Formats: sequence, C-alpha cells, structure tokens
Amino acid sequence: MKILTQPWPWYVAGPLIGMMVPLLLLLGNKAFGISSTLRHLCAACIPTKAKFFDYDWKKEKWNLIFALGMILGGFIAGYIFKNPNPVALSENAVRDLNNLGIQDYSGLIPLDVFNFSALLTLRGFILIIFGGFMVGFGTRYAGGCTSGHAIMGLSNLQAPSLVATCCFFAGGVIMTWFILPYIMHL
Amino acid sequence: MANLKFLLAGTFFGFILIKAEVISWFRIQEMFRFQSFHMYGIIGSAIIVGMISLLIIKKYKIKTFSGDEIKIAPKEFTKGNVIGGLLFGLGWAMTGACPGPLYALIGSGLPIVIVTLLSAVFGTYVYGLLKDKLPH
Repeated sequence: MKILTQPWPWYVAGPLIGMMVPLLLLLGNKAFGISSTLRHLCAACIPTKAKFFDYDWKKEKWNLIFALGMILGGFIAGYIFKNPNPVALSENAVRDLNNLGIQDYSGLIPLDVFNFSALLTLRGFILIIFGGFMVGFGTRYAGGCTSGHAIMGLSNLQAPSLVATCCFFAGGVIMTWFILPYIMHL
Repeated sequence: MANLKFLLAGTFFGFILIKAEVISWFRIQEMFRFQSFHMYGIIGSAIIVGMISLLIIKKYKIKTFSGDEIKIAPKEFTKGNVIGGLLFGLGWAMTGACPGPLYALIGSGLPIVIVTLLSAVFGTYVYGLLKDKLPH
C-alpha cells in the first residue's frame, strides 16, 4: 500500500513518463502531447468561424479521451491513494516560499493562494485566471507544451522543440525571480 | 471502444504525474529556483527514455500494434516557439501547471483548477482568433 500512497523518486517516475512516447506510438501512431486538447475543446464546444477551429476534432477524439483518463488517474493517485504528507520540499524552497507569504503546505498546491474566494482578489485573479490564459495562449502559439515539445519533441531531436523548451524555462525563471514576488504581495 | 486503450494510457499517465509530484505548484517553484534536482531528474530521464525508444523504433522499423508504419510529424520552426514559449513559461510559473497537470489536479479533488483549465481553453481560443495577426 505504501508504494501507492508515497511519492515516487525521480528515477522511477521520469522513465515511466518517457515510456508514454513509445506507448502512444505503438497504440495508434499518436504523438504524445496534451496542449492540443485545449484546441479540440474549443473546436468541440465554442461556436466560432475562426479557421483555426474549423477541422474535424472528432478525428482527434483519442486526445480528449486521454485527457479524461488523466482526470481519472489523478483521482486514483491523488484522492484514493492520496499522500498523507506534505510535498517534501527542500529547506531553501520552504524558506523562499514562506517569504512570499505561503503558509499552507498541506496539499499539492498552496491552498491559501489557490481557492475560490481568492478569485475575487487581484492576486488570485492574476495567478489563477490570467496564469491559465497564458498557459493556453502560450502553448498553442509555441506549438506545444512540456509534453509535446520538451518530451516528445526533444526525444525526436526536433530543433524547434529545443528552442521552445528553453523559452518555457526562461519565461518560468523570469516570472519566478522578477515578477512573482510583486504578484504575491498584492 | 477502440479508444479504451487511450483512456487507460491517460489514467496511467495521470497517476504517474501525481506520484511524481510534477503537478505540484511547490515543485515547479522549487525547479525555477534551482533548489532541487527532482524536476530536472524527471524531465531529463523522461527525455532520455523517449529518445532511446524512438531510436529503437526507427532502427528496427517497429510497427504499431495494428501493423501500421510509425510516423511522427516534424515540429515546425516559427517565431511562436520563442514568443509563445516565453508566454507559456510565465503562465507555468504562475499556475504551477502545464496543460497535462491541469487534468490530473482536477481529478485529485481540486475544483479550483477547473477555473485555470477554462482560462487556458479561453487563451487557446483567443490565440485561434488572433493567429493570422501574430508574427509566426
């Protein structure tokens, strides 16, 4: 039981994530990638004349079903077999995050920052809604996300994916070091 | 029913993401602050395993389970790799999640993440509307 509730070390989890690349190819010639599901959701649910959403999304149904599976997997791993302990962060990270004003370390995300009443605050709105917008806008503009570019693209030695991955990382570092401290203290 | 295998594959992937803690806002912060090897170990070893498996698939011309030739579309170079990549990076450090983790987090019992997912869908929608006006 313990193996199901405890977090897994990087050298177990990382290779398993990498195995998704051959698994999806063998299962049905599918390239590993998740951010496309956001586009399929638009094409399926939002009435629009935009050319970008004018395609037969039903042909990409596997991708949405895969995402549905991820919700289910999240439920099994994060709810049924929930890790009872907080994330084992490094001391330095806890010190820095304390300085940003985070107090609740009990969940996978800081529940004192990400909750429904926080949506009514400027800080919550920026982190949850504007942040989400940037994830959706940025991944599609870049042509993929961490799975499609960083894992699938780099595994396939794609130069555009290397550029994209470096930029994902640069954006994250800029936000974390130079912008987030201001947002957190709003 | 042909899609059941993708449901199972997704379930497996969602399970790993949670157990790897890569869906944790805390872990993402720790990564961008260079304070733990955990995330680098995961992403790095995932890429190495993916790379070796693609080399094997190509070298031995391995086919899909249904016997088709395996084809992978190449990624295209665009200015979006840079601009979109930077914008996504900013969002990644804010929400602590890329698209995959959003689904797994919702499943783990965090309804607030549905708001982030809908915002991401809206972001993709706005990109679709503006696509022809953006530099590519």
